[in-house]
Amino acid sequence: MSLLELDDVKVHFPVKRGVLFDRTVGHVYAVDGVSLSVEAGQTYGLVGESGCGKTTLGRAVLRLTDITSGRVVFDGTDLAALPDEEMRRTRHRLQMVFQDPLGSLNPRQNIESILAEGMAAHGIGANREERRERIVEILRRVGLPAGALSRYPHEFSGGQRQRIGIARAIVLEPDLIICDEPVSALDVSIQAQVLNLLEELQDALGLTYLVIAHDLAVVRHISDRIGVMYLGSLVEEAPSDALYAEPRHPYTRALMSAVPVPDPEVEDNRERILLRGDLPSPANPPAGCRFHTRCPWRQPERCDTERPALTDLGDGHRVACHYAAEIADGTVQPIRDLAPPVLRDVPGVPAQAGGGEEPVPAAS
Amino acid sequence: MSTTTKSAKIDRLAELTARNETASGASLWVEAFRRLRRSKMALIGAAIMAVFVVLAIVGPWIAPYSPTAQTWRDEVFVNRGEFVGPRGDNWLGLDHLGRDLFSRLLVGTRQTLLVGVVSTVLAFVVGAVIGGVSGAALAFGGRVGRQIDTVLMRLIDMMLALPSLLLAVSIAAVLGQSLTTVMIAVGVAQIPIFARLLRGSMLAQAGADYVLAARSLGVRRRRIVLAHVLPNSLGPLIVQSTLALATAIIEAAALSYLGLGNPDASQPEWGVMLAQAQRFFDQEPMMAVYPALGIIITSLGFTLLGEAMREALDPRLRS
Repeated sequence: MSLLELDDVKVHFPVKRGVLFDRTVGHVYAVDGVSLSVEAGQTYGLVGESGCGKTTLGRAVLRLTDITSGRVVFDGTDLAALPDEEMRRTRHRLQMVFQDPLGSLNPRQNIESILAEGMAAHGIGANREERRERIVEILRRVGLPAGALSRYPHEFSGGQRQRIGIARAIVLEPDLIICDEPVSALDVSIQAQVLNLLEELQDALGLTYLVIAHDLAVVRHISDRIGVMYLGSLVEEAPSDALYAEPRHPYTRALMSAVPVPDPEVEDNRERILLRGDLPSPANPPAGCRFHTRCPWRQPERCDTERPALTDLGDGHRVACHYAAEIADGTVQPIRDLAPPVLRDVPGVPAQAGGGEEPVPAAS
Repeated sequence: MSTTTKSAKIDRLAELTARNETASGASLWVEAFRRLRRSKMALIGAAIMAVFVVLAIVGPWIAPYSPTAQTWRDEVFVNRGEFVGPRGDNWLGLDHLGRDLFSRLLVGTRQTLLVGVVSTVLAFVVGAVIGGVSGAALAFGGRVGRQIDTVLMRLIDMMLALPSLLLAVSIAAVLGQSLTTVMIAVGVAQIPIFARLLRGSMLAQAGADYVLAARSLGVRRRRIVLAHVLPNSLGPLIVQSTLALATAIIEAAALSYLGLGNPDASQPEWGVMLAQAQRFFDQEPMMAVYPALGIIITSLGFTLLGEAMREALDPRLRS
């Protein structure tokens, strides 16, 4: 049985406006129906561009953000339905590593106090000495000297701070750690060290990770299974190797084609898919397939009106696209000189002559 | 030659490294204090404050004459416009009742400081309680918390809507004339600033990542507020209180000037002295200038120190 299972999780933030009384004038659909499962001992990578809702999803799992509907089943219990105090007691089993290593450490606490805080909250360790012993052990494990105990966060480098963040998480002996962009704030040279540390700890402590990132190389390096998010929902999910070998969703293909290849000849000749336009507003997501406004393979009617469900194409490769199979065997070809589709979909902007289907020269 | 400088450099490096190795962590407050010590503005401000405090303590003992004795009353004739300026016996001259101005100024330091400190402490404590409850309720109290915050903040808004001096005047008028009244009136007028400041500061901190981290650790809400949010929100309040101290002295002087000050004539106070001197400003302006200068210089001292503290505590300026 999987350790963590998300079932149609939705997080909608109300948009309020009003002079005297707040009226809800709409919602931001940050996470809009995500279902996925994370197996114990594995690493699930969640990728997507900024604003696609991946951080919100991570916070929703930990109930740092309230979920609007859906179920977050962790080891058989629905976290979303737990009373507050029980949730608090469960928290030591689910921990989080934050993106900003400095911002996530209280500047007025020294390292010992930062690491002891969670233990005190869960009654781990009978007294100060016992806790200190364990903290020193954990510090050694993440590669920090015992002398770090009495120091303060601003005295460490970025990589060391992230190690402190990791130590804070593992000191509670969690089953699952959610890593929200664990290395994006670090230098490239440090990123590998921290990722390796995460892998070592996984092997040694039997941890399960949910890694949220926008860097495809990072996710590929660390994940067993990868989910690609676009505008609040999953568009594709597959075992890591399968996803990189054969991306099935147009969005994933575009993402993959943006990764440079370290071979100048291949790099010059390979196919690149340029997406036009911006990520649509999550407050007003497009009808039908969320991606149809930017999709080069878009087909008339069905893509605009019917939202594709995540369907299994075999071997656990799940794709949310009506034409995934046709795109794969070449019966549906991408439209090369597609007019910037965003222009056509904004209400109020008059359609260009010929219904906007005319080829428009690319800007660059 | 070059080898000696080189080895000296290496020694120096080793020394620095060793010092770095053994140094235990310095907390933010210690660090801020170090920066404060290097700031010229802070040093000047602290020096002025120190002089002021010492004078407030020893003033009555070092004053050459009694501040209330009208020793030279037959040398001053107010109705004929005859005043006595600075001279050998009386360094700053005499006031309108023939009392030694220098002694009055010295002894008055204590009253002035007392009014400033007590009213600022009052404003700080009450303002911090209201602002703290409000901020904590709004950030962590859910729906009920939002309502508590709304009620408290509308009260504060009502106080803010009145000019602080007008508010102080009304309070002083209602409570009657006394030293306590002056302190309460000046203090209450400053409460809204402290309350608003702490609330805003706490709300900003409540959204910080380390608070999120504490929540995900399972730390209880009460501890998150008291151990994480509150200590990180107090910086602006401490700075504000040094600025408020200067304002409090000036407002107390304004109350005295309007005739709502401490009626007890045995204890001179700079504001009262200024108020009395204004009647004779045409004939003897210096009588008003001395206490006014005192108020200005001490306010300047507090303001300088406050500004320097604000800079020292600002995390963006941390080296």
